[in-house]
Amino acid sequence: MTFRQKHLLGIAELQPDDIRTILDLADKYAEQNRAGGPHENVLAGLTQINMFFENSTRTQASFEIAGKRLGANVMNMAMQASSIKKGETLIDTALTLNAMHPDLLVVRHPQSGAVNLLAEKVNCSVLNAGDGAHEHPTQALLDALTIRRKKGRLHRLTVAICGDIAHSRVARSNIHLLGKLDNRIRLIGPSTLMPAGVADWGVEVFDNMAEGLRGADVVMMLRLQKERMDGAFIPSEREYYHRFGLDAQKLAHAKDDAIVMHPGPMNRGVEIDGTLADDIHRSVIQEQVEMGVAVRMAAMDLLARNRKAELQKV
Amino acid sequence: MNTLFTNARLIDPEAGTDRLGALLVEDGRIKEIIPASAKLVGKISTQNTIDCAGKCLAPGIVDIGVKVSEPGERHKESFRSAGAAAAAGGVTTMVTRPDTTPAIDNPETLEFVNRRANEAAPVRVLPMSALTRGRQGRQMVEIGFMLDAGAAAFTDCDNVVADSKVLSRCLTYARSLGALVIGHPQDPDLSRGASVTSGKFASLRGLPSVSPMAECMGLDRDLALVELTDVRYHADQITTARSLPRLERAKASGLDVTAGVSIHHLTLNELDIGDFRTFFKVKPPLRSEDDRTAMVQAVASGLIDIISSMHTPQDEESKRLPFEEAASGAVALETLLPAALRLYHASALSLAQLFRAMSLNPSKRLGLDSGRIAPGAPADLVLFDPDAPFVLDRFKLRSKSKNTPFDGQRMQGKIIGTWVGGVSVFGDHA
Repeated sequence: MTFRQKHLLGIAELQPDDIRTILDLADKYAEQNRAGGPHENVLAGLTQINMFFENSTRTQASFEIAGKRLGANVMNMAMQASSIKKGETLIDTALTLNAMHPDLLVVRHPQSGAVNLLAEKVNCSVLNAGDGAHEHPTQALLDALTIRRKKGRLHRLTVAICGDIAHSRVARSNIHLLGKLDNRIRLIGPSTLMPAGVADWGVEVFDNMAEGLRGADVVMMLRLQKERMDGAFIPSEREYYHRFGLDAQKLAHAKDDAIVMHPGPMNRGVEIDGTLADDIHRSVIQEQVEMGVAVRMAAMDLLARNRKAELQKV
Repeated sequence: MNTLFTNARLIDPEAGTDRLGALLVEDGRIKEIIPASAKLVGKISTQNTIDCAGKCLAPGIVDIGVKVSEPGERHKESFRSAGAAAAAGGVTTMVTRPDTTPAIDNPETLEFVNRRANEAAPVRVLPMSALTRGRQGRQMVEIGFMLDAGAAAFTDCDNVVADSKVLSRCLTYARSLGALVIGHPQDPDLSRGASVTSGKFASLRGLPSVSPMAECMGLDRDLALVELTDVRYHADQITTARSLPRLERAKASGLDVTAGVSIHHLTLNELDIGDFRTFFKVKPPLRSEDDRTAMVQAVASGLIDIISSMHTPQDEESKRLPFEEAASGAVALETLLPAALRLYHASALSLAQLFRAMSLNPSKRLGLDSGRIAPGAPADLVLFDPDAPFVLDRFKLRSKSKNTPFDGQRMQGKIIGTWVGGVSVFGDHA
């Protein structure tokens, strides 16, 4: 057990051992979830607040279920509808909540760095549920767990991440995580959706799916936001699908046993072919959702242990 | 009334020298420079002698581009607080920006600035005027009236006049009156929404970014219009290596062009932003280390003429926000010299080179006779110990706003005293 973090703000701050610790515990929770039946109430008596400054259905539900399975008192706050509208700053909102003494704060915010800022101002543990185009650590962890369970290992794999890299926090967290565990990372997408300076990230960059997917063990597709399809970043949806949408033909360039992943929600027919997404032999998209709950249970469990240890010291 | 500064290390940016001597001030002006070899005893009878104890005596800093938040945001900075900060920082002339609320774009508001400056600031204040009304980039201000009222230069600050036709007319008109126009080289479309310089750092942080090429594009456009109109032009901040050949060509072809750089772009780089630290958010954004070193070399070679503080007060509320939302700018009047001395201690620039860029060149560019250690020049002086170390505590700054990127950092170089027209405005000699 080597997990010593107070918060889970990003993968960048984690050591390989931290990652393995979370994944090992998540594996255990995944089995318990499958088996059904009651869980140990390791979060009993703790208050978990989900603060979502940006719309989310699946991530919020996943955190809520994870907390409830472990016995936490979970409260959801739809921040778009609340005080932000009244002109309150992020820090004031944080201080207000802090005064209510929550134990775990799960935060999603549309701006990069906002969760880091908030974490500086509160006493409880903060979990980043996605901030701008910065990090989405639990997504990378659930992806890693899915890969590890399917491939039997999480090193020396060739992982292709395809699509809108520039705006994707999922891509960044995955690049950090897979890189720390010695995997070979390829980024594939149109150059307008590649971040500047990507060449210095220690990854290979392609603008051609056939070349980029050659020999890949894992194919990770990213969601393309609707507002980016209007000619500003790519000419049209159909040209994007033709060149970068994943279908069986393009997937044939990857290894025969390559798995297909997507963080959801999917745009069928834009970045991924619907039939392929449903192909239980290749697509692990449903398993990703399942692992999401397990990983979040593990992350909150570990943070809560550190928090309890810290409180006892005082 | 005369004052004799003895045993001083005189920094003369004009001659490029740094040597021991004494300096006699009479009626607010420098009367005589006396070399260390000369006998002082019996030569001069003075009412007032200041022993500089071998510390540096240099011409006071002329800082182009200081934002005093009057009118409009006096809670962020007033002429009183900015003036005190300037005096404590060795800045003897503040050339103030017109990007206030409302903008300084008519003779009446300029008159207000002059009045407030006179009653509240211990240092000289030269106000700049907006170039277009409300800094909106549509109609030019009354350039003639503004000159009559004492406008030192014309600038819309970081509101780039996007319409080239409007700008070309402003420049043509300004040229006819001999006015100095200060531009902010930046392509406003390419840099829209950006808060950091594009590259590995920005991408990993997931922050909206702009390529430094936006600065080159803005500079190219401005220089083309300068060539067209022959106006006197100063680029407020050059921050990227790729702008330098463009600037060099313009100067070589005989255009009346000068360029500045902010102290932050000479002493900090993009990595200092670290984990979204908003006190490091400035405009244009901090650049790569390669760009920073290129700027330092350009100051050394004289290609970049002027170092400014780009003093921009922001209160805590404007900075304690997510990085993208946070306001840009940093206070720097008091930290300008200590930060600049980092470059001296790093052996990148001599003291004479530093004061050429901070005092002599800005003074010359504005047609002033200060910025020099020479008989006849105004006795605007700063006495400092370049080696004295200290740790900067932002709450000890005299500015009302405390948004400095140097908080908690080790600095080397303390200001001992500041004189404006021979009158002490800071230090124990008052």
